[in-house]
Amino acid sequence: MEIPNLVGAGLIVIGAGLGLGKIGGSAMDAIARQPEAAGKIQTAMIIIGALLEGLAFGALILGA
Amino acid sequence: MVFSGQLIKNTITALFAVIPLISFANASQDTLHGHARAEATQNPHGKHHEVANTVSNKQKINNYIGHHLHDSYEFVFFSDEEAHKHYGFALPVILFDNGLKVFSSAKFNHGESIAEVDGNYYILHHSKIYKTDAQGTITYNEHEHATNEKPLDFSITKNVMSLIITSIVIFLLFTGLAKGFKKGPNTLPTGFNRVLEPLVLYVRDEIARPNIGEAKYKKFMPFLLTVFFLIWLLNLIGLTPLGINVTGNIAITLCLAVFTFIITQFSASKDYWKHIFWMPGVPVPMKIVLAPIEVLGMFTKPFSLMIRLFANITAGHTVVMGLIAIVFLMKEQLTLGGSIGTSVALTLFISVIELLVAFLQAFIFTMLSSLFIGMAVQDHEHDHEHHHGDGYVKDPEVPVI
Repeated sequence: MEIPNLVGAGLIVIGAGLGLGKIGGSAMDAIARQPEAAGKIQTAMIIIGALLEGLAFGALILGA
Repeated sequence: MVFSGQLIKNTITALFAVIPLISFANASQDTLHGHARAEATQNPHGKHHEVANTVSNKQKINNYIGHHLHDSYEFVFFSDEEAHKHYGFALPVILFDNGLKVFSSAKFNHGESIAEVDGNYYILHHSKIYKTDAQGTITYNEHEHATNEKPLDFSITKNVMSLIITSIVIFLLFTGLAKGFKKGPNTLPTGFNRVLEPLVLYVRDEIARPNIGEAKYKKFMPFLLTVFFLIWLLNLIGLTPLGINVTGNIAITLCLAVFTFIITQFSASKDYWKHIFWMPGVPVPMKIVLAPIEVLGMFTKPFSLMIRLFANITAGHTVVMGLIAIVFLMKEQLTLGGSIGTSVALTLFISVIELLVAFLQAFIFTMLSSLFIGMAVQDHEHDHEHHHGDGYVKDPEVPVI
């Protein structure tokens, strides 16, 4: 029973990492194109990051 | 001043980060391991013993971390297991069991003895109080859960205590700030108010205004400010060696999320309910499919608020405690100095991140709360004409690129 749990946790982290990477990368692109909008982009980035994190943590807790 | 401001700032940050190390200053694991090694050198068959001891050491650390994450009836700053000494203080236990019973948690003697109050016996089992008899018998069901009767518990536990202290601190700080404002609109804030005022303005201008809207944000400022500073201070207290884990307790985060839920639902405009149960501009069969999903969405939003804060803080505490435990677990592989060095370096790194997380989680909770409130109070005036009729609107002229 120990191994499937750990594999699941790994899968969740892979998914969350991909998602965060996508958000962060796009935010960097956006800030590079429009540095004057950096504040707004950062806020939006953090919100999406938090939503994703909530999903990942929810899955981790339900799985554990 | 000899020191520059930057240096002082860095030093204070480093000190803050090292503070959690003190909470693990527990000599017993160290001595236990030392015994095992001494035995191993004397006894050629001692190898087996050593392995068994390492496993129990791991178990001990797991228990210690689990114990830290839970609420308790006393403050224990550190303990000496071999001498059975716990350094800390007891808190009042308040039970409602055929009348009010108030006694000190020192009667439990750190879970080692049975408390007798007015002819009733109570026992501490897995950090919970159960009713028992003079011998302290506990009956179990097939899942190894205790089936003893549980009295209604209103105790001032560690979490309740820290919550009360934090509330008093917040009350004092902010009545001071309010008094400063009453002096007049053009007076500069003095003392600690200089720290608080920018934060209040930050919550107003960066969180409440853009998300709730210029017209309605004022009504929700008291809630948002309270939640922001409460969560932030509780997160910061959790990083001190007092061993408090308030925001990592799911009951607390549930309560905060329920507040957001109630405020959102009760301040919602007519449009909000319309968009949930009979959203305009959607074909009727889809409305029937979408309404339950939207109703579910009402509950998943505060649920995710609850889980996010709880999981982040719990994970942070677990990681810090686990990294400190490297001192005990990796002593064989890295030597004493190496394991201490690794542990301090990693803990320092994670603790600095935790300082950021403490702020970020308070920010996120307030931000998402105001976002949800903003979604509920909006009037949708601008896009009404889009949704009338059959829901189809001719596209405005778009230039072809």
